[in-house]
Amino acid sequence: MNEEFHENSEPELSADEEALLNEMPALADVGLTRRRFLKQTLAGSLGLFALDLLAHEQALAALSPSPGAVFADKTAENLVKLALKVNGVTKRLEVDSRVVLLDALRERLGLTGSKKGCDQGQCGACTVLVNGRRVLSCLTLAATCEGKDVTTIEGLAKGDQLHPMQAAFIKYDGFQCGYCTPGQICSAVALLEEARRGDVSHVTEDVSATTTQLTNEQISERMSGNICRCGAYPGIVAAIQEVHSGKKTAQTWGFVDDQQLARVRKEDGNAAV
Amino acid sequence: MRPFKYTRATEPNGAAAAVGANPQAKFLAGGTNILDLMKEDVERPNELVDLTRLKLAEIKEAGGGVSIGALATNTDTANHPLIRQNYPLLTQAIVAGASGQLRNMATNGGNLLQRTRCQYFYDTAMPCNKREPGSGCGALEGLNRMHAILGWSDKCVATYPGDMANALLALDAVVRIKGADGVERTIPLSEFHRLPGDTPQQDTNLQHGELILAIELPKSNFAKNSYYLKVRDRASYAFALVAVAAAVELEAGAIKQARVVLGSVAHKPWRSQEAEAALAGKPASAESFGRAAEAAIADAKPLAHNAYKVELAKRAIVRALMRASKLA
Repeated sequence: MNEEFHENSEPELSADEEALLNEMPALADVGLTRRRFLKQTLAGSLGLFALDLLAHEQALAALSPSPGAVFADKTAENLVKLALKVNGVTKRLEVDSRVVLLDALRERLGLTGSKKGCDQGQCGACTVLVNGRRVLSCLTLAATCEGKDVTTIEGLAKGDQLHPMQAAFIKYDGFQCGYCTPGQICSAVALLEEARRGDVSHVTEDVSATTTQLTNEQISERMSGNICRCGAYPGIVAAIQEVHSGKKTAQTWGFVDDQQLARVRKEDGNAAV
Repeated sequence: MRPFKYTRATEPNGAAAAVGANPQAKFLAGGTNILDLMKEDVERPNELVDLTRLKLAEIKEAGGGVSIGALATNTDTANHPLIRQNYPLLTQAIVAGASGQLRNMATNGGNLLQRTRCQYFYDTAMPCNKREPGSGCGALEGLNRMHAILGWSDKCVATYPGDMANALLALDAVVRIKGADGVERTIPLSEFHRLPGDTPQQDTNLQHGELILAIELPKSNFAKNSYYLKVRDRASYAFALVAVAAAVELEAGAIKQARVVLGSVAHKPWRSQEAEAALAGKPASAESFGRAAEAAIADAKPLAHNAYKVELAKRAIVRALMRASKLA
């Protein structure tokens, strides 16, 4: 694969695809310009699938809390009123005392980025930041979040600009199925702040000394509360290491374009595929 | 999860009184254990009194030692300069446990009160005298690889699963508590957790409604020579098979005094005064440590699946003392 990457090819897009593209600001800037990145995404076989998923997530996120929905008042008990900030916006909720933060985010506020994995504090998929600290939203009662500042995966990007950790996860393939990824990224963002403060870990040799340099071993230990069933750990560690160290390495992959694809297929004598 | 009333406490007296007044009420702090147990239907409180707004999170110098607020998080405790400098054993023990997220949530008071992870305790389809007194012990003749080798009874073979308390016991911690009547008292950590005996449903000697205010540590001479060793099935984020909190005070190569506390081998953190006596006055060496390890484990009675813990504990004690003495 010594062929030069053809950056300027413009795959044909259907009207639906064009419309989707224009509605997807969250995919912007992964080291490429937005349009080019998206078109290359589309040229890949998984492009539409990914766009479809993201479109669903966006549509869900746009829903306002519905008064008649899942936790209707008539079935709720021991109602607790609370106001909390979610991704910078104050939200007022009335919840059953049993509702955990994860369910409030997903079912009441339409923020389905945070995932329910084990629902018992063992997998990390539900990790969000509360007052800047990473916590497990499945073991946090919503009622205890009165006045707290919650940041979810949806709150990390600044408009069209992905958080550096999000961009790095894409660059280093820090995921496969993607289910644990929002928790991984939230955890990683908080981890960098912990390292900046000089927090120790289980693999810190001398706990009385203040060190902030994260080795790969340190990152692995500090991320041990986030399980990835696909085993994308090498990419996850590499992504965190790059954002931590600030030393960028060249991206080792790119989205294939139609001309490259056609050439490879021809070389393989399999043009009909 | 069963319905419960949520009450937000605003000051310690009211919190203790609220739980004291309702036999079915429980305190809520970090929630990492009790919410898990409530989802599993093991814990069934009808009221949770939320302590998280109480001003009990301070870590400060006190009486030559340090006072650690009950509501300080594990993370803040482990990373506090006073703890890192003067009680590194405690820092090591805390960061050996759980994950970054859980340590950010878990409080020191709640950590002491965490319950066993015995799978028969968690599985409501199984008999368990701790969960349901009189129903029997599923682990005694069941799968007991993770269970006790010391101090167990035929009513319960569960272990105390935590790490922090093992270090606190080695450091002679005292727990300051407030009763439902508002009166304060202290209880040495050595008398805080219980052996199961005939009443395994009681993990500790706290009375219902008693609120932990702080954990107090006296001045320590162990800061230079201590080590927390945790042996588990994987490198991180798992409960211990055997843990050792080891500390020695050395004088001209000889051991002036020592602490040896074993974790995950009994219903409570297991301090071995036999091992400590065997070390006193002896040179810091693998031979001394080996004799201490034999003394620590002499009374062990393994179950069907955990005989490995006897040898593992011995080797872990030697290893931890070697690291504490900087001989390994």
